[in-house]
Amino acid sequence: MRTINVQKITDNIKEMCIEANHFLSEDMRCAMDRAVETEKAPLGKQILEQLQENLRIAGDDMIPICQDTGMAVIFLEIGQEVHFEGGSLEEAVNEGVRQGYVQGFLRKSVVKDPIYRENTKDNTPAVIHYAIKPGDQVKITVAPKGFGSENMSSVFMLKPADGIEGVKNAILTAVKDAGPNACPPMVVGVGVGGTFEKCALMAKAALTRPVDKRSEIPYVREMEEELLEKINRSGIGPGGLGGTTTALAVNINTYPTHIAGLPVAVNMCCHVNRHAVRTI
Amino acid sequence: MEKHITVPFTRETASSLKAGDYVYLTGTIYTARDAAHKRMYEALQAGEDLPMNMEDNIIYYMGPSPAREGRPIGSAGPTTASRMDKYAPSLLDLGLKGMIGKGKRSEAVKDAIVRNGAVYLAAVGGAGALLSKSITSSEVIAYDDLGTEAIRRLEVQNFPVIVVIDSEGNNLYETAIEAYREE
Repeated sequence: MRTINVQKITDNIKEMCIEANHFLSEDMRCAMDRAVETEKAPLGKQILEQLQENLRIAGDDMIPICQDTGMAVIFLEIGQEVHFEGGSLEEAVNEGVRQGYVQGFLRKSVVKDPIYRENTKDNTPAVIHYAIKPGDQVKITVAPKGFGSENMSSVFMLKPADGIEGVKNAILTAVKDAGPNACPPMVVGVGVGGTFEKCALMAKAALTRPVDKRSEIPYVREMEEELLEKINRSGIGPGGLGGTTTALAVNINTYPTHIAGLPVAVNMCCHVNRHAVRTI
Repeated sequence: MEKHITVPFTRETASSLKAGDYVYLTGTIYTARDAAHKRMYEALQAGEDLPMNMEDNIIYYMGPSPAREGRPIGSAGPTTASRMDKYAPSLLDLGLKGMIGKGKRSEAVKDAIVRNGAVYLAAVGGAGALLSKSITSSEVIAYDDLGTEAIRRLEVQNFPVIVVIDSEGNNLYETAIEAYREE
């Protein structure tokens, strides 16, 4: 048994909220560099260069990469040998978000009620996904999610007879409908299988997978590569203003499902695909 | 084509801008997004005055992150314009000449743009740090209680935008995508 004071969770999440909103992960930066080299449209190339300049300014001057610093989505993988002390884990997570967003000059984008819409003024609460794993460590992933792209996401409850072509069509339809609204070049997170909520959660988690890491399942890997190529032939391009770089990656996660179903969730993310990961 | 334009601008200037033009704006613009639009719309329905005159003005769909000390504004990129589609035609009919945002617009908005000789301009989504460098001052002029969604008056210097829908109804999102589609 390992004891961890929840203050440690608060401190890490605070730092990670600030870090994720000012610095993209290495895989995302490399993907953006490659995109500048391969983009064929002059305006598309110009936009991609502006996005690189934007990343440089964000890091140098500590101005958030995007003004939509997101709703804080937090994945906690907790070793089953871990015992937390010092208070509520959930409150500790939210305190980390509160401190990160207030002290880090991040935008407060969360409203208390979806209908009455009063801003909570500290970006809490976070959306927290807990998983219990073997071991005595805690893996924290902080993924602030902007809503320009979140709003373009969909769940499709396909029929088993729709098969792999149905899955591909669902993903291509979602990307085409998203178009310029999702701030392309996008990262496309997909969950296939499970239940209604499981596929959505897989799609979200898929966005935190490095964009240069393909699925280990051969047919899924092929589908990821084929769809990326097709999406980049759609013409949408950087900023939706035409070009050959519409997506940087398609990340697909799968899970067993019911004999009667084929759920597919497509979670869109813009080029500001933010995630900070720490293991404590 | 690259152009340098002073804002606010008249219908005549708006009509000179064509879909695909790369334009640098210098002058005064206003910010308003979801909550401020809802409030302005309700004010109009109640027969009340708006916080600013729409005539010849430009609205930037944007809610900034907080400014660090010594800076006029935080990160300041465009938000998705389609959420303002419900409200935009009435503001265009009151003389609004331009909207800066990102993403698609409805047919009703396009019709109101053509009817009033206005333009829809896109700033690059997700480039909030870069765009903040073209904003030299920011002042909340209404709806302070809305926080990031308050209406702000911005002074901008060479603020980069691209004309997406021009006063004749040409739409760059449609034509540019066709040019690079390989299907």
